[in-house]
Amino acid sequence: MALAKAPAVESGQLRSVIRSRSRSQAWTWVAMGGPLVLLLVFFLVYPVGQLLVLSITNDSAFTLAPYRQLFASSVYVDVLLITLKISLVTTLVCIVTGYPIAYLISVVGKERKATLLFWVLLSFWTSFLVRAFAWIVLLGRNGVINKLLISLGIISSPASLLYNFGSVLVGMVNALLPLAVLTMLSVMENIDRNLPRAAATLGARPGMAFWKIYFPLSLPGVAAAGIMVFVTAIGFFIVPALLGGRRETMITQLIIDQVQQTLNWGFAGAISVLLLLVVLIVFAAYDRLLGLSTMTGASAPRTAATSRLSSPIQKAGDALLTLLGVISDRIILLSPSRRRDRNPDQAGLGLQAFVWTMLIIISAPTLLMIPLSFGTGGLNWPPQGFTLHWYETVLHSPVWTQAFLRSLLVGLGTGALAMLIGTPAAFLLVRSNIPAKAAWLAFILSPIVVPRMIIAVGLFYVFASMGLVGSAFGLILGHTVVAVPYVVMTMMAVLRNYDTRLDHAAQSLGARPFATLRHITFPILGAGMFSSFLFAFATSFDELTIALFATGGLNATLPKQFWDEVTLQVSPVIAAVSTCLFIFMGLLIFVAERLRRRAGAR
Amino acid sequence: MTSSSLRVKGLTKRYGDFVALAPTSLDVAKGEFLTLLGPSGSGKTTLLSLIAGLAHPDEGQILVDDSDVTRSPAYDRDIGVVFQNYALFPHMTVEDNIAFPLKMRKIADADARRRTAEALETVRLPYVAKRYPRELSGGQQQRIALARCIVYRPAIILMDEPLGALDKKLRDQMQLEIKRIHRELRTTIIYVTHDQEEAMTMSDRICLMNAGAIEQLGSPEDLYFRPQSVFVADFLGESNLLSATVRQVDAQGLDIVLADQTAPSRAVGNGARFTAGEPIKLMVRPQNLHVGDAASGKLTGRLVDVMISGSMTRLYIAPEKADMPHLVAAYPTRSSAAPYEIGQLVSLGWNSADAVAIRDGRGH
Repeated sequence: MALAKAPAVESGQLRSVIRSRSRSQAWTWVAMGGPLVLLLVFFLVYPVGQLLVLSITNDSAFTLAPYRQLFASSVYVDVLLITLKISLVTTLVCIVTGYPIAYLISVVGKERKATLLFWVLLSFWTSFLVRAFAWIVLLGRNGVINKLLISLGIISSPASLLYNFGSVLVGMVNALLPLAVLTMLSVMENIDRNLPRAAATLGARPGMAFWKIYFPLSLPGVAAAGIMVFVTAIGFFIVPALLGGRRETMITQLIIDQVQQTLNWGFAGAISVLLLLVVLIVFAAYDRLLGLSTMTGASAPRTAATSRLSSPIQKAGDALLTLLGVISDRIILLSPSRRRDRNPDQAGLGLQAFVWTMLIIISAPTLLMIPLSFGTGGLNWPPQGFTLHWYETVLHSPVWTQAFLRSLLVGLGTGALAMLIGTPAAFLLVRSNIPAKAAWLAFILSPIVVPRMIIAVGLFYVFASMGLVGSAFGLILGHTVVAVPYVVMTMMAVLRNYDTRLDHAAQSLGARPFATLRHITFPILGAGMFSSFLFAFATSFDELTIALFATGGLNATLPKQFWDEVTLQVSPVIAAVSTCLFIFMGLLIFVAERLRRRAGAR
Repeated sequence: MTSSSLRVKGLTKRYGDFVALAPTSLDVAKGEFLTLLGPSGSGKTTLLSLIAGLAHPDEGQILVDDSDVTRSPAYDRDIGVVFQNYALFPHMTVEDNIAFPLKMRKIADADARRRTAEALETVRLPYVAKRYPRELSGGQQQRIALARCIVYRPAIILMDEPLGALDKKLRDQMQLEIKRIHRELRTTIIYVTHDQEEAMTMSDRICLMNAGAIEQLGSPEDLYFRPQSVFVADFLGESNLLSATVRQVDAQGLDIVLADQTAPSRAVGNGARFTAGEPIKLMVRPQNLHVGDAASGKLTGRLVDVMISGSMTRLYIAPEKADMPHLVAAYPTRSSAAPYEIGQLVSLGWNSADAVAIRDGRGH
């Protein structure tokens, strides 16, 4: 505007001023976003591309042999179908059981909310490995469940509860339920509490108010949770490998076999393509039905013109919801325990009981392992005696201590690098008017969409040619690729909540840009930055897929060492390691939560 | 149009140790417009929630047309609520929002459509039927919330600060609109606000609340001219409060003596019974405080500030006696008026009919 008001400036001069200004702006964009783009191009796009190329070339000649092999027998198609079945059932169970949990958390008072959330978060942050291992112990022949059933007289000899579809499902649900709850919660927390109350004053009974008002508003959260859980489940291998039998082999396990046992890159590539295709189809279907914008938690703009559901479907859905409302209200009327004078402000006892049962089910296995790790009777329930032997074994074993230090190093490195690269990119996406923002965001989030296993195999191939296999640096790069989307997302949320007028106020009070940053911006953003650092750290600390190929022997990370041990034998030493990991993560959440609250209290 | 009376008896609500509503009784006549007025935290919204059935009382009774609804759920009460933030359902069109209560009452489609259209006519927004709430302005959303409430003709309508989020112009316009709808429908309306001007202009009666209890209940004139406590005098309009002592009570009024003075003067009572020797506060509204030359009135003071706020000019005066609070006098702004000078000594007087005696102390 200042330029337009200066007629004295020659038009040529003016143009060059504008050009130089836009050039300097372009340079700023490159400096802030460039590192992230380079990282993703070199360590995501290139490796995955390499893998795809490998699947269709044989000594640089075009071939479709791997694909022919893939469909030659029904073996691989069957595995794909089993993978889809397990993922689908897992998703359904997670949504159905997670919905009441998220709902209760979103409606209870502050203190009880913190308690409920702590247990969900604790489970969320406990390593997948630890949780899967805990279920092995729990469901084993001499585990708690069998002992309990025998003592109750329900069965006379131990039943084999492990290595079947049920045990895989239990493990998968335990692994992914916290994710489902947290995703749905982010949407439910934004639903106005007054809306169901308004519905009540307008004459809607509780069932009707829920199904016609609350439920439709929570649907974006359900959909987002559904796709997150489904896509994660498709790429899962820890649970089926540890808790499943031959018939529960999932597709990622095939890829591991191809790479680790036969080193058949072409075939591994072909399976990866298949997996990637399935995931992309799922996302495409989701986008057609609901729009990908709902993924970020922002509810899709609903206008008559852009509604994606055609009206007959909408009408059918509406009729279904009305029916559900009527049925629920009939049931409520029938049950005598539901007093009509129940306090409308309080959640029902049935709901609370259900939620606590679920929280106990997902937390108990890990907690029950703690007494076993101090026992002398192996992993049989009930624990016997008391010994610190297993902890001493861990502490005196260079393999375990090395692994811990390495994981710590890689985790800190990943946290630092992801923050360094991700924070400027988040600034760019929130504060600048960079073109094609949505496309950039989609690109930055792509490491979450592409199944981890495909990234891992691709990186392994690329690292092998660069001599980075086994190096901490290579691992940090790989982990940064998968951690950086989370950093960008949390930092974007933090920055959106930051009132930029505070910066202007500081500057008007005489603070120079650096002083503003030091005294105002960072202290306020500090908690958010720290929590996204922790997120990146924890992602790396618990990462197994990339570490599975890229490390081994003395340079194994903790999850990799854990995995190698647990696939060899189930021993109390692992229970001791699990307990240590569990407590370490518990402390981390506690500290993070404290910091967050202190920042919130200001 | 149906309309019901409401009776509240000894209604109480506690949250832990905090008493949100002390035992409260209240009668609202059929077709009356009653306003619950008070500062935030005075219990007016709590009372409203209890009447609507959105919260449950610890003690007491709520009667609609003499039938006890204390234990009825919100959906059975036939009491409409207009929420402060409108609470329009974001996933439904305006039309569907308004038709919602009709659907809940299983009213036939054709009838529901006709009544929805009528309600939209009543709030003068027939052309937004197919839009979603987010596509409307704040004022339009407010009207739709109103339409959704009147469409099923509830016997009683509760409004929780419905105009709080609107700007001044729109608020004035909506006040007229709500009054018009009240006149047309003759529904009983209970209206919550913290804006005393809004309460004065709209209500048949005002129920002024403070710290979880009713401070005074009466017509706007009652509250304005005969406040029962210092709190009421202070909350409703501006007032000057002077300490005084009762000398003698007779049929027409009271003989009083202002603090630190000997000359007696007259005052009118506010309906309460006074006894000789009792300490009181004397209330004189700013527009009744006459400013004149020094030594002609009952008090003297120095002019501290002059403010012209549109139609009224306000004079702020520090009385000569140091322990008295600043006084405010107001008169209609005139361009030809002689200018006042800051620091000038002025005298203050009032007609004894405009001096109202109020029991000293904070009400209860």
